[in-house]
Amino acid sequence: MTDLTVTGRVWVFGDSLNTDAMYPAHAMKLDVSEAAKHVFHAVRPGWTEQVSPGDIVVAGKNFGVGSSRPVAALFNQLGVAALVAEEFNSLFFRNAVNAGLPAMTIPDATQLFHDKDTAGLDFPAGTWSNQTTGTTGQVQPLAPLILEILAGGGVLPRLAEQGFLPPELADTLRSPALQAQAAGSGT
Amino acid sequence: MSTGMTMIEKILARKAGLAQAHAGDTVTVDVDMAVLIDLQFATMWIPPTRIHDPDKTAIVMDHAVPAPTLKDATGGPLARTFAADFGIKKFYDVGRHGICHQVIAENGLARPGEILACTDSHTCAGGAFNTAARGLGPAEVYSILCTGTTWFQIAPTVRYELVGTRPDTVSGKDIFLHIAHQYGDATNQNLEYGGPGLASIPLNDRRTIATQGAEISADFSTFGVDDLLADHLAERGVTGYQAADADPDATYLDVRTIDLSTLQPYVARPGTVSRNGVPVSQIEPRRIDQAFIGSCANGQLEDLRIAASILRGRQVAPGVRLLITPASQQVYRDAMRAGYLQDLADAGAVVTNSTCGACFGYHMGVVGPGEVCITSSTRNFSGRMGSTEAEIYMASPATVAASAVAGFITDPRNVNS
Ligand code: SF4
Repeated sequence: MTDLTVTGRVWVFGDSLNTDAMYPAHAMKLDVSEAAKHVFHAVRPGWTEQVSPGDIVVAGKNFGVGSSRPVAALFNQLGVAALVAEEFNSLFFRNAVNAGLPAMTIPDATQLFHDKDTAGLDFPAGTWSNQTTGTTGQVQPLAPLILEILAGGGVLPRLAEQGFLPPELADTLRSPALQAQAAGSGT
Repeated sequence: MSTGMTMIEKILARKAGLAQAHAGDTVTVDVDMAVLIDLQFATMWIPPTRIHDPDKTAIVMDHAVPAPTLKDATGGPLARTFAADFGIKKFYDVGRHGICHQVIAENGLARPGEILACTDSHTCAGGAFNTAARGLGPAEVYSILCTGTTWFQIAPTVRYELVGTRPDTVSGKDIFLHIAHQYGDATNQNLEYGGPGLASIPLNDRRTIATQGAEISADFSTFGVDDLLADHLAERGVTGYQAADADPDATYLDVRTIDLSTLQPYVARPGTVSRNGVPVSQIEPRRIDQAFIGSCANGQLEDLRIAASILRGRQVAPGVRLLITPASQQVYRDAMRAGYLQDLADAGAVVTNSTCGACFGYHMGVVGPGEVCITSSTRNFSGRMGSTEAEIYMASPATVAASAVAGFITDPRNVNS
């Protein structure tokens, strides 16, 4: 079971970041580990060198507008522990949940957090804190059905447990890279 | 307490086995059709041990066919094996392929009142047929393939009440670009289109509008069933469906009336379609390097007819590459039979195989740094068609064709067709 509380360093991005900015078409020709180096390539060059496992990405409005390509898999590959946005595109949000990457909607998130602040996120409770500035807040917790998918590490391990995939794959499917590969990609 | 439902609420309620479903509810639903695309097989696909129902499954080879890379070439055989092993008859392999949303439309896979899921974000195209159609990620479509079910958090609905008659010079693309400019993003909203003006919008244009709901971040885009749609479906042997009409007392986030008779052709400037449009009559005459007519939104037969009517007897301007991609092999064959492809090629256009290719900058027609492209495809995001230093304008097939002749962005109404 994945622990659904996350504490980590935040990186703050802007509004309407689309999937082409996170997973450009030419990166789709590469393996996930290589493709992950292209996330935010144009909007913040060099970021994939700076981000480290456990970090949290904070974005503004309409985060993830665009394609169904599995960007969440690239965040998993980079070790990003959670996503926060003022507003998520629903397809992008679902992709995150299905990849076992927890995502929290916090209005004004880009005002409340700054680069390198430490954020604490409790998904089942729907609470957040900025441990650097001392602010805290409460949002609507995710639906139980969504928390359950997240707790299981995403949708694929669950399918393995249900016998739709070879059961012995259940654990490895929780590995972000393999998870992305097993489901293939979309646009 | 029973209250009225919007089209989408009605479909989701029905498929969840509930009497009522409304914005804010989370429902688990049966999915009527799951559509997988070639890309899903190209990255270390693991075949499932069992699937829900082969008759509720389709596979479309579209994004990267014929295979432009070794990675894609590896996926093809996996798709073929999977289709054969599980007895999936709705397998649209190279030769009977096309962009999935066109193939879905041609083969009546999107049916009124039903739910269709596909591994591509423009699956909302099926909303033109009164279908709750949505793009879902590869993992989720894989899950639906296995279980036949998924869940939705129902978003509130905005209704577009269409009145007046669409002028002949205004296409579905122009209507969409107007809406995107006027109202901006529709994140976490469903869009519903209806009203008396709908009768003047042909099916191809409805599909363009439904398709592009993705660019304004909408969840579902759904059109009502009117005589035009009912006849269209009957001609294709689609019968026995249960249409989802909106209740008169349905609750909407907003109801917006669009008088179609007042609209004019639009162009979206590079970057986004959201609040970024301008009537073509007011756009600067920007010089272009590439012009593209194609994609699931505007590679339909009618789009090629319009392009051919403008290009017939004319030449593409020197220094401009005009690419035309029919949306499916079926469109390709029909357009060939009608002589459109001859007209287009005679004018200097490159008519390509039916694939996603140029639309997502993956193969065939990638744009370079500093280049300017005008496209009738779906996205004008930076980097979408290649270099992040290229500029992508978006407009209707008529505007793109007229601009290819002129060599700069121009109003198609200045060109007699
Ligand atoms: S044509 Fe473009 S928008 Fe349509 S499915 Fe293909 S890549 Fe996506």
